[in-house]
Amino acid sequence: MSLTDTADASTGLAFGDEPSTVQENSSMDVSTSDIPETAVGQPLVSDPKMTMRNVDVFYGEKQAIFKVNLDIARNEVIAMIGPSGCGKSTFLRCLNRMNDTIVDCRVGGQIELDENSIFDAKLDVVSLRARVGMVFQKPNPFPKSIYENVAYGPKIHGLASGRTELDEIVETSLQKAGLWDEVKDRLQEPGTGLSGGQQQRLCIARAIAVSPEVILMDEPCSALDPIATAKIEELIAELSENFTIAIVTHSMQQAARVSDRTAYFHLGYLVEVNDTETVFTNPSHRLTEAYITGRFG
Amino acid sequence: MSTSSLIVIILIGAFATFMLGRQRSLSVAAPLGGKRHLHSLPNYYGSFSSLLWAIPALGILALWLIFDDSVIYNLVWASMPEHLQALSDQERSLIYNQIQGIAMNGSADPSVDPAMIKAAEHMNSLLDSSKTALAIVSILAGIIGSAIALSLVKETFQARNKVESIIKVFLILSSCIAILTTIGIVLSVLFESLRFFQSVSPIEFLFGTHWSPQIAIRADQVGSSGGFGAIPLFTGTLLISAIAMFVAVPVGLMSAIYLSEYASHKVRDMVKPVLEVLAGVPTVVYGFFAALTVAPSIRNMGESIGLSVSSESALAAGLVMGVMIIPFVSSLSDDVIHAVPQAMRDGSYGLGATRSETIRKVVFPAALPGIVGGVMLAISRAIGETMIVVMAAGLAANLTANPLDAVTTVTVQIVTLLTGDQEFDSPKTLAAFALGLVLFAITLTLNVIALHIVNKYREQYE
Ligand SMILES: Nc1ncnc2c1ncn2[C@@H]1O[C@H](COP(=O)(O)OP(=O)(O)OP(=O)(O)O)[C@@H](O)[C@H]1O
Ligand SMILES: [Mg+2]
Repeated sequence: MSLTDTADASTGLAFGDEPSTVQENSSMDVSTSDIPETAVGQPLVSDPKMTMRNVDVFYGEKQAIFKVNLDIARNEVIAMIGPSGCGKSTFLRCLNRMNDTIVDCRVGGQIELDENSIFDAKLDVVSLRARVGMVFQKPNPFPKSIYENVAYGPKIHGLASGRTELDEIVETSLQKAGLWDEVKDRLQEPGTGLSGGQQQRLCIARAIAVSPEVILMDEPCSALDPIATAKIEELIAELSENFTIAIVTHSMQQAARVSDRTAYFHLGYLVEVNDTETVFTNPSHRLTEAYITGRFG
Repeated sequence: MSTSSLIVIILIGAFATFMLGRQRSLSVAAPLGGKRHLHSLPNYYGSFSSLLWAIPALGILALWLIFDDSVIYNLVWASMPEHLQALSDQERSLIYNQIQGIAMNGSADPSVDPAMIKAAEHMNSLLDSSKTALAIVSILAGIIGSAIALSLVKETFQARNKVESIIKVFLILSSCIAILTTIGIVLSVLFESLRFFQSVSPIEFLFGTHWSPQIAIRADQVGSSGGFGAIPLFTGTLLISAIAMFVAVPVGLMSAIYLSEYASHKVRDMVKPVLEVLAGVPTVVYGFFAALTVAPSIRNMGESIGLSVSSESALAAGLVMGVMIIPFVSSLSDDVIHAVPQAMRDGSYGLGATRSETIRKVVFPAALPGIVGGVMLAISRAIGETMIVVMAAGLAANLTANPLDAVTTVTVQIVTLLTGDQEFDSPKTLAAFALGLVLFAITLTLNVIALHIVNKYREQYE
C-alpha cells in the first residue's frame, strides 16, 4: 500500500470517514429497543477459531457489553468498528482475558478457543495469552534492546533450546513484521529509540515471536502516520495467511482495506456482522448505515 | 518608629501600590478601548508596581538591621573617654553590655562610671535617630521604586514578563541559600579538620586502628597516650549499616512490590500509611527498644546456643535500624514501581507472562533508578543514625567484624567528643570535625557511584 493509495482513499470519501461537523440529533437519538437481540448479518460461521456466546462484560455495576454472539473464522481478518466508547476494546480484551488485570471487571457468557472454554480452570490464562497475542493502541516496547524485546516471549515460554535457536526466532519474527532490514545492524539498541511506526512493528514482531494462533490488535495504527500505517496494513494482509486477526479500528477505510468481515458495535451491543464489502456497500441495519455514512462518530 | 510598624507600613504600601499600578494600567487602557489592548493583564502592572515598592524598601530594611549594631557600636566607642578606650577587647565588650543594659533600663546605681551613663544616653539617641533614618530611607526607596514603576505603565510595557523574571530571581536566590549553606558547612568542617591534622597526622587518623581520644593534662597521667586511629569507627559504621540494609532492602522492596502489584486498593490504602508511621517513630524510641528488648533477647538466644554475646551488640543496633529504614525503602520504591506505565505491564501480560515474571523482567528494571535512589537515601540514613547505636551498640571502639560484639560508630563518637566541658581547640574536639569530613566524603562517594551505576544500567521508558 503506497502513500497515494492512502491519500486517494481519504479524499475519495468512499465511506465518509470524517463525520460531518453538524451532528444530526435525530440519528443520535437511538433507543436500545432499536438494537436487534442478535446481530443482523452473519455473526456465526462453520468451523470457527473462536466462538463467543452471550458475552456480557461489567465494570463494577456498569455493563459495557451486552449478550454478544460472534464467531471468528480461521485465518480471517475481522474488523470491529463503532463509535467511541461502544465497547470494542472491552470486547477484544475478553478474547485473551486481559480484562482479568482490571480490578472489578467481570465477564459473563461463554468464549471458546478451538472448542475449549477459555475460562476453563484447566486452561492456564498464561498459555491462553501465548496463543491469543495482543498488539496495543500505543506502541509499548519494553525499555530493553530490540533483540530482548522480541526474545522476551520465547524466553519466558522456553520456546528456544539455545542461543542460535533464539536468534533464529528473533530474526524470523522481525522479518515477518517487516522490520528486519531496518534493525538488523542495531539489535542491541533500545527498542524505545525506534520511530513510532517501527516501534509498533516491533510490538507485532514481539507478539508473533511466541507463535500465537490469534492476534488481537486494538487500533494499532492510531498513533502512526500514513506511511507507517500503510506498512502495518500490508503486514496484516501477509500475517492473515498464517494467523487469525481481530482488529479494532476507527478508520473505516482501514477496515475496508484489511478485513474480510466487519462487526459493528453500538453502545455495547453487536449490531451487525457481515462481509466487509457488504457492510460498507449495503448495510442491513439503520445504525450501521448511519455510522458508516458519517452521521455520528 | 519601631521596626514592626515599619514592616506593616511597607505591606500596606505594597497593597496600595498594587491598586495604583492596576488603576493606572486601566486608565491607560480606557482610551484605547479596554484592557485587551494592554500587553499584560492589569494585575501584572499592579504586581510590578508593588514589587518595585516592596523590594527596595524591604531590602534596605534588611541591610540596615544587619549593619545597624556594628555601626552603633563603633560610634559609641568613638565617643568614649580615654580611660575606657584603652581597654582590651574582652573588657570592652563587657562594658558595652553594661552600657546596653543602662540604655534600656536606666540606672539608679550611683557607683556607675558617669562616662558610661553618658555613653548610654548617646546610644539611645543614636538608636532613635537610626530608627527614624531607617523609616525615612526605606520608604523613600520604595517611593522612588514605585514611581519608576508607575511611570513605566504603558500599553506596550511588558509587565507580565518583568514580573516573571523577578519571580525567577527569587527562586534562584532561594536555591542559592540551600547551596551556600551546604558549601559553608563543608568549608567550616574542612578548616577545623585541617587544624586537627596539624596535631594528628592524616595517615594515623585514616589508617590507625587504635581509637582512644584522650589528651593528657599531665604527662604522668594514666592513659596519657591518645589514639586517633579512626578505622574501628568506620568498620563499626559499615558493620551496623550493612546489617541494617540487609534487613531493610529485602523487606522494604518486597513489601513495596506486594503493595503496588498484588495488594487490592483497599489493602494498599490501609497498609501504606501504617508502614509510613514507622518512619515517624522517633529514633530514641527505637533506641530503647533496641537496648531493652532486642539486645537482651539476642544475648539470651546466643547464650542458649553457647555463643558469647556482649550485652550491647552491633547485631541488635543493626536489626532495629533496619526496621527503622524499611519505610524509606518501601515507600519510595512503591512510588516508583507505581509510576511504571500500565502499558509496560499490559505488553508483558499480553505475551503470556505471569505476574512475577512481569515484575522481575519488566517492572523492576524500569523502576531500578528510583529504587536505587531510595536505597541510597536509606544508606545515608543508616550511616548518619546515632541514637540507636548509642543505646544499643555501645561506645567501645572495637575493631571487629563479629556482629555479636559491641562496636561504636563515627556519629556516636562525634557526639561523645563534643558533649561535656571541652576546650574547643584541643585535638579531641577537633577530631569530631575530621570524622564528619570523612563521613561526608564517604556518603558523597556512595552517591556518585550509585548515580553512575544507575545511568549505566537503567532501562528508560518514555
Ligand atoms: N477500566 C474501566 N473501568 C470502568 N469502565 C470502563 C473501563 N474501561 C472502559 N470502560 C467503559 O466501558 C465502555 C466501553 O469502553 P471501551 O474502551 O471498550 O470502548 P471503545 O469502543 O474501545 O472506545 P474507543 O473507540 O474510544 O477506544 C465505556 O463506556 C467506558 O467508559
Ligand atoms: Mg478502545
